[in-house]
Amino acid sequence: MQVVTPLFHVLVFPGFVFLVAFGLFASWVDRKLIAKFQNRVGPPIMQPLADLIKLLAKEDIIPEHADRAMFTAVPLVALAGVIASVVYVPMWSTTALSWFDGDLIVVLYMLTLPAFALFLGGWYSTNPFATIGATRVLSQLFGYEVPFLLACLGPAIAAGSWSISDITIAQGDGLWLISAAPLSFVVAMIALIGKLERVPFDIPQAKTEIVTGPEVEYTGRRLAIWKLTFLTETIVGAALISALFLGGPHLWGIPFAAMPTWLAGLVGMIVLIVKILLIVLFLSFAQAALARIRIEQMVQWCVVWLGIPALVNIGVIAFVIRQVGA
Amino acid sequence: MAKLSFPVGPQHPALKEPENLRFTVDGELVIDADIRIGYVHRSIERSCSERNYVQDLYLCERVCGICSNAHTLCYCTAIEKLAEVEVPERAQYIRMMMHEFERIHSHMLWLGVAGHEVGFETLFMYVWRDREVVQDLLETVSGNRGHYAMTTLGGVRHDITPEMADKIREGMKIIRARAEYYAEIATTEATFLKRVVDVGLLSGERCRELGAVGPTLRGSGVSWDIRTVFPYLKYDQVEWQVRTSELCDVLGRTLVRVQEVIDACDIAVQALDMMPEGEIQAKFPRKVPEGEATARVEAQRGELIYYVRSDGSDVPARVKIRTPTLANLPAVLEMLKGGYIADIPITFASIDPCMSCTDRMVVLDDVRTGDSRQLTWPELVGLGQGR
Repeated sequence: MQVVTPLFHVLVFPGFVFLVAFGLFASWVDRKLIAKFQNRVGPPIMQPLADLIKLLAKEDIIPEHADRAMFTAVPLVALAGVIASVVYVPMWSTTALSWFDGDLIVVLYMLTLPAFALFLGGWYSTNPFATIGATRVLSQLFGYEVPFLLACLGPAIAAGSWSISDITIAQGDGLWLISAAPLSFVVAMIALIGKLERVPFDIPQAKTEIVTGPEVEYTGRRLAIWKLTFLTETIVGAALISALFLGGPHLWGIPFAAMPTWLAGLVGMIVLIVKILLIVLFLSFAQAALARIRIEQMVQWCVVWLGIPALVNIGVIAFVIRQVGA
Repeated sequence: MAKLSFPVGPQHPALKEPENLRFTVDGELVIDADIRIGYVHRSIERSCSERNYVQDLYLCERVCGICSNAHTLCYCTAIEKLAEVEVPERAQYIRMMMHEFERIHSHMLWLGVAGHEVGFETLFMYVWRDREVVQDLLETVSGNRGHYAMTTLGGVRHDITPEMADKIREGMKIIRARAEYYAEIATTEATFLKRVVDVGLLSGERCRELGAVGPTLRGSGVSWDIRTVFPYLKYDQVEWQVRTSELCDVLGRTLVRVQEVIDACDIAVQALDMMPEGEIQAKFPRKVPEGEATARVEAQRGELIYYVRSDGSDVPARVKIRTPTLANLPAVLEMLKGGYIADIPITFASIDPCMSCTDRMVVLDDVRTGDSRQLTWPELVGLGQGR
């Protein structure tokens, strides 16, 4: 059992199988919502799965001049990074599968892996579109990553812990940290769009400009892995934001303590799924309402309009804690 | 980053037709731009000399899928000049109405594509949905959504019934309201503005030097529209004005087009009101007297010119077509230089390019002297089928 249980957690729940299944479902919700916003019908529920299976069955091509090892390895590293990070994000109760003081930093680091992997994959595929896309990935990283980190520090300082599980537990008494860090929450949501490379920050992919950029040479299985990476990153990113700001699986009026463990887990799970879907709704809305901006506009805008509010919020929290503590 | 050669096309998602743009880029900046065209040469001009005047009508309509009516209008005008046939008044008003319908559908199609190029998919979906209104009207009047086959030598092929007139008035009201809404979106939506303001700048003076036409020219503040400069049909009878914009960028061209949609609605309704009763088609001779004629109309993309030479038979000796895209290409290459890679699709799209209309072929016998010759018909057929 000592081996089987962690393996089950990583591979099935809340790991690979669950993340992929939920990711596909969230992707359907996303596509359907955008379709509704755009006055279209939208795809049937099994469409994302069908797309995935189709990709898996397609021919897999490695460009002649590409670095075979890097080209093959990076999508797997990206997917592994995202799936591994779920170990530290609370998915059904206030504590995650595993936790230690500082796991927030580890999760943030592992969620950055896809961006670096995408850069390397694009760079080593030696296609002009991929090369330009790869440099855009890195430029964009500077735009959103620092504000995202600063935004996540807000609740960490307010809760006085560097562990996501601790931060979630601190919200157990009902007061969500969005009340202490509203600016940080907004910043984190917008930075998440950049992380997931969605409109208006789908600059590295920009299909009408550089033909999906770093992914342009990827086909078949490997492209499917990239798609899976971003599907699962959507879920993990949204779960992280809801754990930090929205109380994770908590909801006012539900007496988790009085329930048996399995029921509390189930209800917590459902609450979290709803919260994640609400974040997906926000992502879809942004995609439907906005146009893609340019890379230099994006970096400039993010530094000013994401960086400064995140810093201000941290400053306010630190000031309040100091006053209260003294 | 080192200078990189960056190709766009012949296959690229931003391009709707095959052409090859070659850029030299430094990081995200475009240093140099060049274009290669000729991927969709279809030998239409030469084929015109193989068919009689009526058959050519259908061939010319197929020069372009978007501005098909402008092509037949221009072709018919040239040949009517040669044959000295007077087109009945009613037919002229119907022609003008169709001309404006086509402008509406083309400009709306363009606005949707512009949205798509800057990643604003919702704009694309909305505009194309509303465009269906005018598509339905085109179908009501002519029976076709695409190649309407409405204009014919000496007049038009279908009359407007009172029921159609009611439908048209209603449709024009809807389109007008929607166009006003899109004009507002284009000037207020922040992310869209970020992509079109000061993008693809070209002064009016430079536009003139490079021979730009149509909304590309008017978007740079030059008031030049064949409909007023050399009035044809009944454009001197209806009330309207040439729209220009001093912005000289993609936004300027966008606003000119959206405004032209609004104007086109007004012109179409006026044409409907002023239409006298009467014949819609004059009798047209099978053979056209010897001579040559040119006609020019303001197609959606700009000035369209037809030159026709007749040797007195029922087959034209030469038909030469100058499409507006060809005139706009030098201007767009200038706009692209010094811009960002990200702006390539929207800048290139801002002239509303139509490559299939533009591609011509010349056989150079000697590159140094520039001696060229004309291919014979069997040679052309062989080239077309041999590949």
